[in-house]
Amino acid sequence: MPGPSDPSFDTLALHAGAAPDPATGARATPLHLTTSFVFESSEHAASLFNMERAGHVYSRISNPTTAVFEERVAALEGGIGAIATASGQAALHLAIATIAGAGAHIVASTALYGGSHNLLAYTLARFGIETTFVKPRDIDAWRAAIRPNTRLVFGETLGNPGLDVLDIPRIAAIAHEAGLPLLVDSTFTTPWLQQPFKLGADLAIHSATKFLSGHGTVVGGVLVDSGRFDWERSGRFPELSEPYAGFHDMVFTEESTVGAFLLRARREGLRDFGACMSPHTAWLILQGLETLPLRMERHVANARKVAHFLAAHPLVAQVGYPELESHPDHALARTLLPRGCGSVFSFDLRGTRAQGVAFIEALQLFSHLANVGDCRSLVIHPASTTHFRMDDAALAAAGIGPGTIRLSIGLEDADDLIVDLKAALKAAERAVA
Amino acid sequence: MKLAVQGRTAYAYTGGKPFAADGPCVVFIHGALNDHSVWTLLARWYAHHGHRVLAVDQPGHGRSDGPALASVEALADWVLALLDAAGVERACLVGHSMGSLVALEAAGRAPARAAGLVMVGTAYPMKVSDALLATARDDPSRAIAMVNAFSHSGLASKPSYPGPGAWLRGGSSALMHRIQGDADGNLFEHDFRVCDAYANGIEAARRVTCPAHLIVGSRDVMTPIKATKELAGMLNAGVSRIASGHALMQEAPDAVLNAMRQAITA
Repeated sequence: MPGPSDPSFDTLALHAGAAPDPATGARATPLHLTTSFVFESSEHAASLFNMERAGHVYSRISNPTTAVFEERVAALEGGIGAIATASGQAALHLAIATIAGAGAHIVASTALYGGSHNLLAYTLARFGIETTFVKPRDIDAWRAAIRPNTRLVFGETLGNPGLDVLDIPRIAAIAHEAGLPLLVDSTFTTPWLQQPFKLGADLAIHSATKFLSGHGTVVGGVLVDSGRFDWERSGRFPELSEPYAGFHDMVFTEESTVGAFLLRARREGLRDFGACMSPHTAWLILQGLETLPLRMERHVANARKVAHFLAAHPLVAQVGYPELESHPDHALARTLLPRGCGSVFSFDLRGTRAQGVAFIEALQLFSHLANVGDCRSLVIHPASTTHFRMDDAALAAAGIGPGTIRLSIGLEDADDLIVDLKAALKAAERAVA
Repeated sequence: MKLAVQGRTAYAYTGGKPFAADGPCVVFIHGALNDHSVWTLLARWYAHHGHRVLAVDQPGHGRSDGPALASVEALADWVLALLDAAGVERACLVGHSMGSLVALEAAGRAPARAAGLVMVGTAYPMKVSDALLATARDDPSRAIAMVNAFSHSGLASKPSYPGPGAWLRGGSSALMHRIQGDADGNLFEHDFRVCDAYANGIEAARRVTCPAHLIVGSRDVMTPIKATKELAGMLNAGVSRIASGHALMQEAPDAVLNAMRQAITA
């Protein structure tokens, strides 16, 4: 029968989590720049601290502006709630620290942002959390890597640097068979391109610095819970299913059948590690979220045009964009990313590092910097920047060539971007002569 | 805590404190395809303000063994048996939606054991349309989406439940899917048929002797206020109208607490 349902994505992007301010009538979400919130009475204070009432106490734990951002992202992802963090890295750390400690093990994709790889391979190892990395396309390797002490399976929806498409349904099934949750980093796809919970993922993180904000102004992150993973039934997560002395002996799975993970992440992780988002940052990202559907449509349309232009250019050896038939995950992308494959991709120049440098330096519209997901188009040459210390063999092992260029396609007129790229390619050509 | 009730294991959340041997008791009874976790803020408040608390999972829901019971009357007997198992002579019975009918029926069956009756998001009769029953039978996921949309009155209920940053519609939907997924058979259709079939409300109300209070949402389209008039009159009940949809404990937890404090004190 026909009947009501929740509003659509575009409507939620504008309205979820926010209503006209009851105190002032302000239509836009007010920015609550305050550290703390006055208690009505001593009894009210005690009941807030003891989770007998919901409300705000201190902005490290929650804030009204930040909560709007959290609720909106959760709505867009189809989740039950979210926690805003100081950065995408902080979101990843919060997800892991909530359910893993010394002696725990993680299975992660090799195709990760460098910072995430560092956190897992080196920094968390120092704290006794070990990670096994597996090639994202090697489905059997995911299963084989799981151990009795594994607590989490992790990958990027579109992996760095080659845009490997994570086969979420199959990897989630492997994780769930073992009683494990699948966490995905959805930064490159955003919920507009893919809602990973619908495909089987249990938790998602974003670097909100990128497309969710969309304007290159602030650094932030967010951790979202689908509410679907049964932490108690799994039997692997005493952090959630047994009394926690650090918070009133609370058994989080009893307090909230579907929200246990977020309860602990907020009540322990934000409280103790403290990597919270500033309300000002949340307010700025909310401005971006309101136009996320419009921007992502344009990002993808522009990226598509640019990718096709580059793929046909004689100085370009290959373009790593899953919408192109040449990409190894082209078929999977058509299934899992029907709206498109985002606007960040790499391509390889036929040439030397010097030609790569010449290309970058000739660009006028593209900004040479270390970020993606800005409304302005961005470019970086890994061999001369992020991976400068590697020789050509080490670069190749990382999937990067001396002429590899990473682009983040913005919202300019695509024809203007192509003119800029054409001129830079010409400059690269001349650099060899 | 776990109790043996009618030969099966039953679960009741005690509000974050061990269940004491004596003291006034509040029993919270959830609605269709829900469990105790819809009550946790209220349950914690009462548990830390001088009451013993039993927020139950009905048979076949959440942590209580099945099968689900076939009628409001059977559920009322189960609640009274649960009081026996917990060693509770009298309790204030608080129910939401389907659970409010169970509380009413239990208070009518054993008037001496009901210290108070609070019906939240209630209506009598609680008829369910044939179309919704058919959707619940044929396409439970679609029916869950419909009921979830019906049950929430807006896109921003502050400060949210169980706290800031929670997306209520997502949480309610996830809970219903969890309870349905864990159940034997189509629990959603079962619960809605239990609501629809209950016909003893007026007779039960006639037998109730304790103070009664109705807490209703002014924007509730599942159990609209107009459907409570006869019941409120029969119970001589106080009525609190709250700006909320059907998911009152989630949309307006403080307002529900304030209304309950008024009702239970009275």
